[in-house]
Amino acid sequence: MHAFGQILKIETRLYLRDFTSPLITIALPLALLVVFGLIPAGRERNPQFGDRAFIEYFAPSLLVITLAMSAVNILPIVLATYRERGVLRRLATTPASPAALLAAQLVISLATILVGAVLLIGVGWLAFDVPLPRHPLGFTLALVLGTAALLALGLLVAAMARTTKAAQGLAVPVFMVTMFFGGVYLPRFLLPDFLVRIGDYTPPGVQALLDAWTADAPQPLPLAIMTVIAVIAGATAAKLFRWE
Amino acid sequence: MPVIEVTNLHKRYGDLVAVEDVSFSVEAGEIFGVLGPNGAGKTTTVECVSGLRAPDGGGVSVLGLDPRRDGARLRQRVGVQLQESQLPDRLRVAEALELYASFYRDPAEPARLIDDLGLGDKRNTPYKKLSGGQKQRLSVALALVGNPEVAILDELTTGLDPQARRDTWGLIERVRDRGVTIVLVTHFMEEAERLCDRVAVIDGGRVVALDSPVGLVSRVVPEQRIRFRPSSPVEDHLFTDLPGVSAVTRSGTQVVVTGTGELLHAVTAVLARNQIVAADLRLEQSTLDDAFVELTGQRPAD
Repeated sequence: MHAFGQILKIETRLYLRDFTSPLITIALPLALLVVFGLIPAGRERNPQFGDRAFIEYFAPSLLVITLAMSAVNILPIVLATYRERGVLRRLATTPASPAALLAAQLVISLATILVGAVLLIGVGWLAFDVPLPRHPLGFTLALVLGTAALLALGLLVAAMARTTKAAQGLAVPVFMVTMFFGGVYLPRFLLPDFLVRIGDYTPPGVQALLDAWTADAPQPLPLAIMTVIAVIAGATAAKLFRWE
Repeated sequence: MPVIEVTNLHKRYGDLVAVEDVSFSVEAGEIFGVLGPNGAGKTTTVECVSGLRAPDGGGVSVLGLDPRRDGARLRQRVGVQLQESQLPDRLRVAEALELYASFYRDPAEPARLIDDLGLGDKRNTPYKKLSGGQKQRLSVALALVGNPEVAILDELTTGLDPQARRDTWGLIERVRDRGVTIVLVTHFMEEAERLCDRVAVIDGGRVVALDSPVGLVSRVVPEQRIRFRPSSPVEDHLFTDLPGVSAVTRSGTQVVVTGTGELLHAVTAVLARNQIVAADLRLEQSTLDDAFVELTGQRPAD
């Protein structure tokens, strides 16, 4: 436990020292929220967005940026780099386990996502009248399951890639698909209906986040699918993962 | 009782046999060298000793423990420095040592170790900014920070310039003086000759020789050469009559006597009896390099 605490402390320091990663993961979505919030049209209710303001409609997609960056971009690349450079192998020769390093990275990802979500919800609520999640339990559930599914996919990428380059090659398409179906590149009302439907079931499940944030309990099916993805990708990653 | 005992170690990766049959034992307090050409099975052997790999056959015992079964206990007592194992770019020297110190029950004082290894002024330098020699010294420091009884060091000085290499050798000798048993994997013969009490030469997954460096050389390549300029002409037969002399050749005014055994004593005695003074006298002995070539048929890398 002592070793894990030390590893977590050092890894957190290294993560913050990297600066660009936390900046993009947490500050970029927040900056976009502020930009859209400052445009008056962004705050007007519009039937196109289900009688919501654009900023309410788009906020879950901004949360997707944090989730995707942290879980399927930074996490797998850090782990693949550590493996390629022999950091994990070296730890395996000490009384500390490389599993402690993996756990520390997961804690950092989760903490980043939590901080990102709290800031996005808080700033939206305080500055731009975005309501606090109307269905807190449903929102928490959608966020937890969506995060679990994405982290499992991130670990799967880290497990499948033998080198840092391969991890980047795998992580980039997964990241872009997540961002696209999360409605980050193009707000989803601009997408054809069938792409929006696919997006409902693509991790992290942006529609479930939107429903629970601004309306009512999320649909059970997307949540169930997030669970299945988390379990299958997580188990496969555990089976394939190599320390060296 | 030996500190490390390897008996008939066998390890394969699929169809590829990395280690065919390796046996050796390492006594407490010695510096034991593992030599061999690339792909001979050196690294696989020490990885099995370190508990990183499970042998497919044979036995490994370290400090009386099985590295696979008692890995957790052994890792407290054995420090390992791996080949090509790096640290995160932004990790600083002092942070790395403090982190690794936190893994052990009875660690060395990180600050002192940093000074001992000449990294005192690099304490807050990130790993990325260290020179090759500094990275290597940090890596050695990490292997020693747990106050190990045994240190396994793989390709310690590869990639270092000659000065850094000599500094590292001095360091290893100081570590041994503290009572640490050291296993040194190397392909530098000069390094093995200078540091090792005994060496095992591994080739094709087998131990082809096991001796002290001096013993190995005199057994494998016993020939010596004596060169000198005689003060007055000498007949060849003065030397060829001596026991152990195999050849006498001349180049210019120089006489070269080749042979084995107590060659120097025999030759100087003959010269003294005949009142000949030998100028520029030099004794050329074979080196571990020559022994290595003789044993493996390959040139050691340099």
